[in-house]
Parts: sequence; structure tokens; C-alpha cells
Amino acid sequence: MMRTAWRKFLSHLIVILCGVSVLVALVPLVLILFYVVTQGISSLNWGFFTQMPRPVGEPGGGMANAIAGSMIVVGLGALFAIPLGIMSGIYASEYAGTRLASAVRFAADTLNGVPSIVIGVFVYGIAVLPFRAFSALAGGVALGIMMIPLIMRTTEELLLLVPGSLKEGALALGATRARAVFSVVVPAALPGIFTGILLALARIAGETAPLLFTAFNNGFFSTDVRQPIATLTVQVFNYAISPYPDLHRQAWAGALVLVSIVLFCSLLARVATARMERMRRGA
Amino acid sequence: MRRPTILLVLPLLAGLAACSGSQPAPASGSGAASPASGGAQLNGAGATFPAPLYTKWVAEYGKVAPNVQINYQPLGSGAGIRQLTNRTVFFGASDQPMTDEQLKAAPGKVLHLPTVLGAVVPIYNIPGITTELRFTGPLLAGIVLGKLTKWNDPAIAKLNPGVTLPDMAITVVHRSDGSGTTFIWTDFLSKVSPEFKSTVGADASVRWPTGVGGKGSEGLTGMVRQTPGSFGYVELLYALQNKITYGAVQNSSGEFVRASIDAVSAAAASAAPAMPADFRVSITNPPGKDAYPIASFTWLLLYEDPGDPARARALVDFVRWALKDGRSFARDLGYAPVPDNVLEMEMRALDTIKVQ
Amino acid sequence: MSERRFNFRTDEALFRGGTGLFAVLLIVIVGAIGFELYRQSILSINEFGWQFWQTDVWDPVAGEFGARPFIWGTLYSSILALLISTPIALGIAIYISELSPTWMQRPLVFLTELLAAIPSIVYGLWGIFVLVPVVRQLQVATPDWMRSLPFFTGPPLGVGMLSAALILAIMVIPFSSSVAREVLRSVPQAQREAAYALGATRWEAIRMALFYARTGIIGAIMLGFGRALGETMAVTMVIGNSPRITWSLFAPQYTMAAVLANEFAEAASELYLHALVEIGFVLFIITLIVNAISRAFIWSMGRQRKPRAALRTAAARASA
Repeated sequence: MMRTAWRKFLSHLIVILCGVSVLVALVPLVLILFYVVTQGISSLNWGFFTQMPRPVGEPGGGMANAIAGSMIVVGLGALFAIPLGIMSGIYASEYAGTRLASAVRFAADTLNGVPSIVIGVFVYGIAVLPFRAFSALAGGVALGIMMIPLIMRTTEELLLLVPGSLKEGALALGATRARAVFSVVVPAALPGIFTGILLALARIAGETAPLLFTAFNNGFFSTDVRQPIATLTVQVFNYAISPYPDLHRQAWAGALVLVSIVLFCSLLARVATARMERMRRGA
Repeated sequence: MRRPTILLVLPLLAGLAACSGSQPAPASGSGAASPASGGAQLNGAGATFPAPLYTKWVAEYGKVAPNVQINYQPLGSGAGIRQLTNRTVFFGASDQPMTDEQLKAAPGKVLHLPTVLGAVVPIYNIPGITTELRFTGPLLAGIVLGKLTKWNDPAIAKLNPGVTLPDMAITVVHRSDGSGTTFIWTDFLSKVSPEFKSTVGADASVRWPTGVGGKGSEGLTGMVRQTPGSFGYVELLYALQNKITYGAVQNSSGEFVRASIDAVSAAAASAAPAMPADFRVSITNPPGKDAYPIASFTWLLLYEDPGDPARARALVDFVRWALKDGRSFARDLGYAPVPDNVLEMEMRALDTIKVQ
Repeated sequence: MSERRFNFRTDEALFRGGTGLFAVLLIVIVGAIGFELYRQSILSINEFGWQFWQTDVWDPVAGEFGARPFIWGTLYSSILALLISTPIALGIAIYISELSPTWMQRPLVFLTELLAAIPSIVYGLWGIFVLVPVVRQLQVATPDWMRSLPFFTGPPLGVGMLSAALILAIMVIPFSSSVAREVLRSVPQAQREAAYALGATRWEAIRMALFYARTGIIGAIMLGFGRALGETMAVTMVIGNSPRITWSLFAPQYTMAAVLANEFAEAASELYLHALVEIGFVLFIITLIVNAISRAFIWSMGRQRKPRAALRTAAARASA
């Protein structure tokens, strides 16, 4: 009886602690969001999204080129990283015992610890220096490389957790391995894989250092991927290090826009996944 | 459509949409390409200090010559020099003159062209003190070296007789990121204190004997603002724009000068007669009664032979315009323009750039 | 019949080759980064050799470089951040996946990911303007008997190891927590029901789920740790950027990623640049070592518990 009472008490304690940890994490979140919103909201207006940056001293101005540029560069990064991450994750989970699987897992975890500036310098060496030109493409590659470990490891771990019976059922029905994996196993793990992708996107959307030496930044509007391109993070960074309080306010507005865009896309993606889940279950 | 395929197709569509805006870029590098309009596009990188001014100049010049797109990014002086050497940008900018080693490493001869002047001021946060304090060069060196540890040290009190300084420890704050501001500051301290010169030296990043590092001007001033008893240094422009109290420094003539655009111009004017032909000069601790002792030029870096005549001409025209017509914008933003005699020398130097 | 077998074999080969190609590409990228780091730091490696790992001096003017204080700062801040963040991250993951009502789950997931969406520069600025003053007040309020302990010595500056560890922990939480949550969600419901059927309490069922998903949980923690090792912007704003080796949480210290980012843009001489890149190389090697240690740990965990084998021997003994 004593033992049962203790077990029950422990269980209640843990439940409470888990709830507390949620609150503990929410406190800095609310504080930071509050800070960003209060600093940035005053400079936010419609012109911010449609106008080009203006030099200090001139009223108005916005970050239209940076907003477009960030989306392009992040999109390029996703284009590069998502197939690579998912395919490597599939290999590591399907052929889990092999040396290549251990090696790729090891490589992904190591890559995850590489600072963003190192990746920027690396991509500078392979994608900027040989062509003597900064480009949005190089920026995309740099951001993509940063996304890969998160996507790959999440895909791998979640595929491993899909019950073996699902895949065995597909194989028993005569499916090839590829068909079993792509049609049954991956869809079963898809919500989690999506989380990995969204986390990776959220992370790189806020990165500055890898873009400084690759995408460079641009004072003008450009969607050419072979030219330097403006990005929200670098523009915010440039404004933040300047002496002028007016530019500082615009920097905060830019940060607010950045966080909002990431959240909006993440929300959109979750709604889309939920719909896909409902379709799949209904079908 | 199978769900996994969607994962691959959606990013592909996004990528295609992005590439739809691409135009063919010429095979040559040098960080330039022709936009569809047929004008010139130039990339430049370098010092952060003059970046807001250069952005203003580019915007104003765009009204005069709309076909020229100049894209300047404040990567940092050292990074700017490296990009120029690697020819990934068409021109550079630096708060520090290039060293002989760097000049030799460049694939061609590089010209330094001073554009404006900046200054570094000492800032502090002492509870109860809102007046400006007076410092001498050796005193500043003593604080940064960690020799003077308390605000009520007799050496400081002697210079500031009307002020009651508290018995509080001095927390020295410096810049953790490499910076032209640090270079100017340490350059001055090395000139006024042989001990500083031998133990620390002058560079964008040095080994500080004591203190904490703040990242960027905002990090440093943030730390100074929040730490009672702290002491740091920052660009004059930053102090003025953000209403930070700063002290006066004694110049080589014995006058205590509080930094201002005029005091900085005086420093340049007194150093101008001895200006070398390549404009690589340090003007800290200059002669002159009104001169502020911790000031410096900032330079644009151009190749004598940039290799692309059309863009070279566009760049030279821009620099000429900036040095002459851009002076009013410089003053408005808080930068001190270069003295007239230096300007004349620069115009002659610009003539040597190959634009044919 | 033989035709179908042929199809299966090629299909298998294509599948293995296709996905394997991407895996190889990933390894090639990481290897290339490591190689580039080595190549671009060769001057410094030749100049200092192993002394680089053991010297405390970082003097760009004199051309003397040593990485030991930065290694210390990186490991101390990251491990501390991990210790702080892991219980909280796991708590959040458990709460969302096991304990919270369904209507609460989506908003909580959203809020956790909100933390990941905040750019590191914003973390840094919030850190220095909001967190550091709070930490400073905490330091001022520390009783004297605690001050004498080696963990709490030093003047109350606010910036220092404690602020850095706190900021890193906050930044790491969304990553470990989200991956752990997805991993816990993937534990089959049948396992949980079996546990409850055997009379488990809530916590015991959760513990079973954690055990079932243990490699995934460790993977989630490792992802968070990697993030902490490489984080630059936020750390450099609040850590004080002062190369020194001390246990004190109040003392300003310096990390490898921070010094690299701070000084890279302005580095002038070749040796200086190479020394900075070598710091990146040292961080790369340390990440490799940390990963190897955790892999060994996971492998040993896998070895000790082999439920099927244990059941077989137990059944054999029972029938004997």
C-alpha cells in the first residue's frame, strides 16, 4: 500500500513538474515577444512592406526588397535541404545497421554544431570566390546546409519509430521496398517530418552570419538569384549596428516582420498538414 | 498526388518562381553585372562607420545618375579589404589604412581616398555625475591598462576639481568585435603611453589587459549604461545620436577638447600639411590648439586599374561627386568632411584611375 | 515469375543507391567543411601546433594565439545550457504529448515553435537589455556566504556565464522539445495501453514511453546541444567576451563561436585569419568528439537491455 501511495504521489509530482516546465518556457517567450512587439510596432506601417530602404534622415522607407529577398533565399535553402535531408534520413532508418548509416548520422550531428559563420565562410569558398560574385544562390546553399541536420535526424528518428508491422504489411502485399517506404512508412511519420522541416526553416530564417559573405545584401530590389540580394536579417543587422535611433526602430520593425512571417508560414503549414491528415484518414 | 512527392514539388515550384527573375550575368567577375536597363551596377564592401553616409550618397547620386546602381555593404574594414583583394567587390572602404602586407597581396595597386572623418570619445557611467569629465591621454591609458582602478583616484580627481568622484571600482568595457573604432582608440593610446604601446599595441582587435567586451557599439554602450562605474569608448557620432555623455580629452597642445565636428576638422586641418601622397596617415594626437586628439580619416579603396573601363568611369564619377557635392550631406549626418587641400590632392589622385 | 524478382532487385538497388547517394552527399559536405577548415587554418596549425589547444593568450597585435579559454567557455556554457534546458524541454514534450487535453496541444506546439522563430540577434538584444539587468540584480542580491564559493565569485556585472547559459537554454528548448514531442507521439498507443493494463501510474507509463523512444530522445537532446555549441550572436551579446578560465558563473567568459564571429570581419593579417579559422576547426573537432562520446553512450545503453533476448532466456529457463 505504501509503495502504491508513493508511486501515485510521484506520478502527480511529475505531472505538476511538466506543467510547470511549460510555464517556465512560456515566461521568456512572452517577455521576448512583448519586447519585440513594443519596440517594433511603432515603426510598422504599410509602407514598410512596399517601400525600399531610405537613407537615414528621410522619413518613411521600408524593407520591401529584404522581405522578398529573405523569402527567396529561404526558399532556395529549403529546395536544397529538404530532398537531401529526407532522403538521407530514409537511408539511415532503412539501412540502420550499415556503416554508411552510422557515418551519415554522425556527420549530421557534427554539422549541427558548426557555427553559422563557418558555414558562411565555407560556402564563400566554394560558391562565391570561384565566380567572383556574391549571389542569392550562394546564400541559399549556406542556409540549406544549416537545415540539413535537423531535417535528416528528425526524419530518421521518426521513421524508426513507425511500427514495423506497417511496412511488413505493405511488403507482404507485394510492394517493393521503395513503394513500401514512400507510400506507407513516410506518410505515417509525415507530421513529425514536417515539424523538423518547420523547425529548420524557423532557425535559418533568423540567421545573419551565413548570408554576409554569400548573399551579401542589396540596396536595390532584385529577384535575380545570381546577384546579391537583400535579406531581412542582414538589413536588420545593418540598421542595428548603425548609430541612428531611427534606423534602430526600423530594425525592430524588421525583426517583428521576420518573426511574424515565420510564424504565419508555420501556422499555414500546420493547417495544411492537419487537412492532409484528415483526408488520409477519411480516404 | 502522393504526399511525399508534394514535399519535393513545392520547393521546386518556389525555386522556379525565384529563378524567373534571373538574367544572364557576364562571365567576368569584379562584383558587377549589367541590369536590364543597361546601366552599371557596382558592389562595394567595408567599414561600418561611414556606411549610413555612403548609403545616403548612393541614394542622392541616384537622382543625378539613375543608371548607376551602387550597392555598399558594411561588412567591416578587414572584410572589405579581403573582398577587394579577392575581387568579389569593385571597391572597398576601411577605417584603417591597408598595411604594406595587404597592399602587396592585392592583385593591383590600390588607392586610398579619404572621404570623411570620425572621432572616438570616452564614455562613462558614474552614479550622480552628469557633467563631462576631463581626461588626459596617459590617464586614459592608465584606466584601460587597469592601473587606475577607482573613480576617486587622485589622478582623475586632480583633473576634475569641481566634481566629487565616488569610491567606486572602474569597470572597463571594450569592443569585443574587431572595429575601426578600437583601432583609432588604441592608436591614440599607443602614442600617448609607451607602456600601452608595448603591452597592447594598436589594431582593430587587441588583447585587453582588463575589462569586459561588448559586441558592437550597441553592446558596448548598453553595457556601460547598465553597469554603474563603467568606462568605455565609442564613435562621436554614436554618442551624439544616442545622447550619451562623453568626456573631454587633452590634446598635444594641452587644451581639453570636447569632441565635435569642428574639433575633428581642426585635427584634420592640422595634419593635412604633412599628408603623404597615398593618403595613408594617422591623425591621432596631432598638433593644433583646437584639434581633437582621437580622430581619424576613413578611406575608400579603389584599384588604380579596376579592369572594367565603363564601371571604373561610373565609380570615379560617383566618388568625385561624393567628395564635392556630398559634403553637405556629410555634415547633416554628423560626419566631418575632409579639409580642402586634401580634397584637391584626392581629385588629382582620381585622375590616375584608368577609365579608358 | 523470374521477371518480377528481377524488378524487385533493381528496385531495391535503385532505392538503396538513390537514398544512399544523398547520404554520401551529406557526408561529403561535412567532410568538405572539415577539410576547408583545416586548409584555411594551416598557417596557424604549423605555427602553434598543439600549443594552440593549451595556451591562454589571444593577442592579435603580437601574433600569439591560443584557444584554451574559448574551448572552456564553449563547453561550460553549452553543458550548463543543456543541464538547464533538458528537463524543461522534456517536461514540455511530455506535457504536450501525454498530459495536456487535445484542445491545448496545437496552441502549445505553436508557442514552443514561436521560441524557435525568434532570430538570434533578437535574443541577443533582449538578453543585453532585459536579461542582463535582471541577472545583475540577482548577483547583487547573492548572500555573502555564497559569494565565497568558486561558482559565484566576482563583481556583479550581469554579463557572464550565467546570462549566456540562460539565453542558450531558452534558445535550445524549442528544438529539443519539439523533436522529443514528435518522438513521444510516435510511441504506439498499444504500448501505453499495455502499461496501464499492468497497473502503471501516469508517470510509469510515461517512463515506459521515454524508454521505448530513448534513441529519439537522446537524438533530440543532441540536436539541442549542437545548437548550443554553435550559437554565436546571442551568446556574444551577454557573455562579456573576456577570455578567461574560471568556474564562476558571474565572470565574463568567451566562446569559440563568439570570438570567431566577432573578429572575423576585421582580421587583417594572414596568420590572424588562419588562427580564427583554426578556432572553427577546433570547434569542429570537439563537436566530433562529443558526438562520438554520446554515440558510445547510446550503443552501450542498447547493449545492456535486449528485451527479446532476455525474454528468450527467461522462457528457456522457465521451461527447463
